[in-house]
Amino acid sequence: MTVAIETADLTKRYGRRAALAECTLSIPTGRIVGLVGPNGAGKTTLLHLAVGLLEPSAGSIEVLGHRPAEGPEQLARVGFVAQNTPIYTGMSVADHLRFGSWTNPNWDEALASGRIELLGLDPKQKTGSLSGGQRAQLALTLAIAKRPELLILDEPVASLDPLARREFLQALMAVVVDHGVSVVLSSHLVADLERVCDYLVVLVASRVAVAGDIDELLATHHRLSARRRDGLRLPSDWGVIEQSDTDRQSTMIVRHEEPILDPAWTVEQLDLEDLVLAYMSRARGDQNAPTPVGVRS
Amino acid sequence: MIRLTWRQFRTEAIIGIGAVMVVAVVLAITGPHLISVYRTAPDQLTSTYPTLQTGLGVLLVVVPALTGVFFGAPLIARELETGTYRLAWTQSVTRLRWAVVKLAFVGLASSLLAEVFSLVAAWWANPIDITNATRFDPANFGMLGIVPFGYALFAFALGATTGLLFRKTLPAMATLVGYVGVRYLVTFLVRPHFEAPLHETSALKMANSPTSGVGFNFSRGSSGLSLTAQNPNIPNGWGLSAQIVDKSGHEPTSAFLSRACPQFTGPVQGVGRLAGGSHAQAGTNGNMQTCIESVATKFHLLLTYQPANRYWPFQIYETALFVVLGLALAGLTLWWVRRRFA
Repeated sequence: MTVAIETADLTKRYGRRAALAECTLSIPTGRIVGLVGPNGAGKTTLLHLAVGLLEPSAGSIEVLGHRPAEGPEQLARVGFVAQNTPIYTGMSVADHLRFGSWTNPNWDEALASGRIELLGLDPKQKTGSLSGGQRAQLALTLAIAKRPELLILDEPVASLDPLARREFLQALMAVVVDHGVSVVLSSHLVADLERVCDYLVVLVASRVAVAGDIDELLATHHRLSARRRDGLRLPSDWGVIEQSDTDRQSTMIVRHEEPILDPAWTVEQLDLEDLVLAYMSRARGDQNAPTPVGVRS
Repeated sequence: MIRLTWRQFRTEAIIGIGAVMVVAVVLAITGPHLISVYRTAPDQLTSTYPTLQTGLGVLLVVVPALTGVFFGAPLIARELETGTYRLAWTQSVTRLRWAVVKLAFVGLASSLLAEVFSLVAAWWANPIDITNATRFDPANFGMLGIVPFGYALFAFALGATTGLLFRKTLPAMATLVGYVGVRYLVTFLVRPHFEAPLHETSALKMANSPTSGVGFNFSRGSSGLSLTAQNPNIPNGWGLSAQIVDKSGHEPTSAFLSRACPQFTGPVQGVGRLAGGSHAQAGTNGNMQTCIESVATKFHLLLTYQPANRYWPFQIYETALFVVLGLALAGLTLWWVRRRFA
């Protein structure tokens, strides 16, 4: 098994509006995948399709080689932390661990209670009075103590303060190291994901703008600038992601597999945020953008 | 899953059981006195604990509906409303099984609780029930016996289904309206036809018709004169109608009535309606007496009713009907949770 999530022309429509359109992706296992996009881009829709909370309108999706939520075994293989980390506010922390053990055959009680102790949570405390960070940590505990192969987290740190955010991501990294799970987590901020992810999927306006290994993406995207003049042409196999011209200078972000050696251009390295922003602004500004590059079929 | 379901509905269950127990204690304390009144002075039964009698009557009507409001409506709606369905449905239990266990466990338990309440009330009200002999009456039929179980199960399933439809607990609680509507339709359109009603003809007489308490109304309106009989009161049975008809089944015409009962059609101005024939009035209302006597020369009384010995068969039919309706709604809910939820 090498594919965590595989989709083909995956589409989810609500009436006429497509929340996710013709999404084709192949996300390998053993990675920490960042799913980035502005609010409303379709991140939650894609993740809900992956855990079986939604059914596709068209196309297909397989998670770890199976249809999402097709049975108890498949449900046991995927851990999910939903957006805003829903928990039963009338129940205590201990109740939640019991809930987990009752509903999951592979429940790891030692792992769960160990984490609760480590977090300093009182098992008798009602979860309605937990802080946002504690709540997220409890939800993460539930998701990992079921011992999944794939962990899916929807905007897990969006509502957390910077310290809780860092603690949460550290806890997540520890889980990855200890248990070797694959992780897909979404955020509308690249900065949240930069430190932890090694694979990136950018969703913009319900479509996949780019997807791939982060090191590979950084190695193949370049910011070029040159003095503006007539007859400045790019080879046809360079994919232009973004272009901005002033009176005196042309700047563009291109995708090209080879290093760019043309002396006419000044070449700069991109950071991840620049790269994501380039794809976002392209998708927003140009409705007739060429087929997104990096989308595997 | 059952432990989880119990944990989630523990509070409501304890409140429900506690409320039934409080009422049961009140009834256990007052019940023996009611029995002694029944033995010594049965005519004073209706004036014994009148507030309790009224209150208990209201509770018996309301309790099955409350099952829908407090157990059915929040069952799924609360999870959808608070977003916890995303937690519940991503554990290693398929959501079909999740929904089956919740519906079956909470539905059965809450319906049984409603039935237990009705049985406790039936014990207490037994002396009154025996004395009044009106348990087949539409006003009482749904309160006692086994139908409260069927009503509660139906109300529960209706609440659960609409909760899934609205995704909110409060609008789902408004399913009470639908419940009342179905109860009404079944009572007056379906229940009379569980078995073909019996007919009985008898001579037209004041006061002493074979089934006691048939009264008459003589009225004149824009369409002329008419003479009608009130619904018969059959002990522990259900009187559906009493018609005044001749051998070929026709009701008396206006012209016939003006000849037969001139005392009601003379120059009496401003009197549109004359009533008589109840036991108390029979002797004093000579006009009605002579009118009925002369109409009786050509017409007789046709009673349509369900006899008392059909009470339990009808209880079983109606319970079965509501259980089937409830199961159909539960099936719809399961299908929806599994397939259509998106």
